[in-house]
Amino acid sequence: MTTSVDTVPAPDAPASIQPSGTASRQGGGLIRYLIVRFLLIFPTIFILVTLVFFLMRATGDPITAAQGGHVPPAQLKHLIHEAGYDRPLIVQYLQYLGQIARGDFGTTFTDHQKVTTVLLTYGSATLELAFYALIVAFLVGIPLGLLAAYIRDRWGDAVLRILAVLFYATPVFFSGLLLKLIFASWLDVLPVAGRASTSVELEMQLLPHPTGIYLIDAFRTGDPAAVPDVLEHAVLPAVALGLLTAGVFLRLVRTNVIGTFNTQYVDAARSRGVGEFRLVTKHAYKPALIPIITVIGLQIALLLGGAVLTETTFEWKGLGFQLNAYLGSRDFVAVQGIVALLAVIVAVVNFIVDVIAALIDPRVRF
Amino acid sequence: MSTASVLAQPRKRSLLRRLPIVAQLNQSVGVQRFMLLTGVIITSVYVLVAIFADVIAPYSYSALSGADGRNFGSQQPPGAAHLWGTTVGGLDVFSRTIYGARTALIVVVVAVVLSMVIGVLLGLLSGYFGGPLDRVLVVICDAIYAFPSLLLAIVISIMISGGQSTFWSGILSAAFSITVVYVPQYFRVVRAEVVRVKAEAFVESAKVIGARHSRILFRHVLRNSIRTLPLIITLNATEAFETLAGLGFLGFGIAPSAAGEWGYDLQKALADVTSGIWWTALFPGLAIVFLALGISLMGESLNDLADPRLRRRQADAGESAVPAETVVEAQS
Repeated sequence: MTTSVDTVPAPDAPASIQPSGTASRQGGGLIRYLIVRFLLIFPTIFILVTLVFFLMRATGDPITAAQGGHVPPAQLKHLIHEAGYDRPLIVQYLQYLGQIARGDFGTTFTDHQKVTTVLLTYGSATLELAFYALIVAFLVGIPLGLLAAYIRDRWGDAVLRILAVLFYATPVFFSGLLLKLIFASWLDVLPVAGRASTSVELEMQLLPHPTGIYLIDAFRTGDPAAVPDVLEHAVLPAVALGLLTAGVFLRLVRTNVIGTFNTQYVDAARSRGVGEFRLVTKHAYKPALIPIITVIGLQIALLLGGAVLTETTFEWKGLGFQLNAYLGSRDFVAVQGIVALLAVIVAVVNFIVDVIAALIDPRVRF
Repeated sequence: MSTASVLAQPRKRSLLRRLPIVAQLNQSVGVQRFMLLTGVIITSVYVLVAIFADVIAPYSYSALSGADGRNFGSQQPPGAAHLWGTTVGGLDVFSRTIYGARTALIVVVVAVVLSMVIGVLLGLLSGYFGGPLDRVLVVICDAIYAFPSLLLAIVISIMISGGQSTFWSGILSAAFSITVVYVPQYFRVVRAEVVRVKAEAFVESAKVIGARHSRILFRHVLRNSIRTLPLIITLNATEAFETLAGLGFLGFGIAPSAAGEWGYDLQKALADVTSGIWWTALFPGLAIVFLALGISLMGESLNDLADPRLRRRQADAGESAVPAETVVEAQS
């Protein structure tokens, strides 16, 4: 599930896609697996939320951290008392858990918004960015990975592998800065920052019930210039964030395709006269993709961490950008809330990914 | 090939040739040897630069003026006086990039040592003794494993320093957060190996003879359970200094008066880029990329060499290939 073994096992465990429920025993296994996996979400969330709570509170309360030195001690004390931060830590912790259980992640200190509202307002932007980034990752990572496997152990392969390392080892804010420098500053072909031009953003705000996903909203305005404008703004952030994951995909596809090359069914195909290129693109390719689905779950964490940095680099007004803004104004209640909420999202997304992996790959269901 | 299987051979090789990286260099050929060697060379250069930063850098990381007392000036392009130009704050880019290597490597060492000691120890105990503690630890490690390390780093840096970082608090925030995220990785790998190894006959024989648990754990089990560590160490190292840079980029890193730090420099370069000033972003950024490249190349090659399906061997290499059971996927 997590220390992902990047191999496709021996041919005696074929990665065939079986419709669940054909054999009753297997169907039962699947349901049991899904239930256990679902129940595991709760301890995961509990542990992460606990970790974040105690880390944030280990040294003090958010109000002192934010206001200490700026307001007189008496007023500080009053504020702390009012917010309930002078009660025993364990009481606060239990109350916090109760809040989380009710879906309340707190209210930001600076602008008095519910953290869940912050998520709804800015989450769509982050979602849109992550979606574009995944597209870039697939378009770049998988073909290059197949190519690397096809020319394996030659110099072209070495170049591609170094490229893969460069992709995922380059911090996203640096690749973002380089892309901005080249395409926005020197060549002046793409916008420097933001999600859309001001005029387009105004148009979209006039829409009834904007979705917050700019591509959809741009379509709805009916303005022919809006869609290209939104896409233009998305190119650089998507590439910066997408290349990170593309590097991981490239490496994974290469390893797995080479792994499937050693299996007997590929040997059989080869002996029937199937060409080497066709072997890569048709035969070895599909089973090699299964591990990618499992790894996408881990990529969510990478994308979320990367989104904070990408959004800051490109002033992409999503959750990460907002988190950084709260950090800047030292609103640690908001920071704690957003981080806890992201923990829940990570746990749920990982569950979904594991379910998808189990549905298409019977081996996962133990 | 792991040290374990080399040790298992009747004729021992010289100590030098059994050292982790030297052994793999001897074993590799062609492209793989090239990649491993490139990684080793790049990383060694950084270590040397970090140690001799005082000698190499013309100015201090916080110097605003030279020996003549004149200010460097803001955003000076690269030239004779300033090899890589100056930043918007009037600091010498070359000197700060050089000193940045020292900060990065300190973080790497602290983070790797902390995570490895804790992770390996917990994995060893958990895998060997099993029981409820084992199950709880597995669930906890699974929970933390998938969480974005940068977010934890932010939380921890707030905890350690209230967000205003001096030299050591910046280093410790990055190192601690990486430790929290990487302990599960060491834990999982070591635990899996321990569970496998403890069923082996030699462990049982040791028990029969009446060896104490501690002796069995550290003399017999530990040595045979750390084969996949080199790869994790390299991932851990890369993640450590990149998290430090990420914190710096978000403004939670080390203050420029306390140390040279690449992430801080890149944050300050964000505005420069829009006006076409390239030298403030390029050099600290490349410093990060090359260090990450060096360490990752080492890790990738070591991983490939441990995986028989990916290994190319010399035709005359008379070694028995013991297949690695776990190949850890780079996912950071």
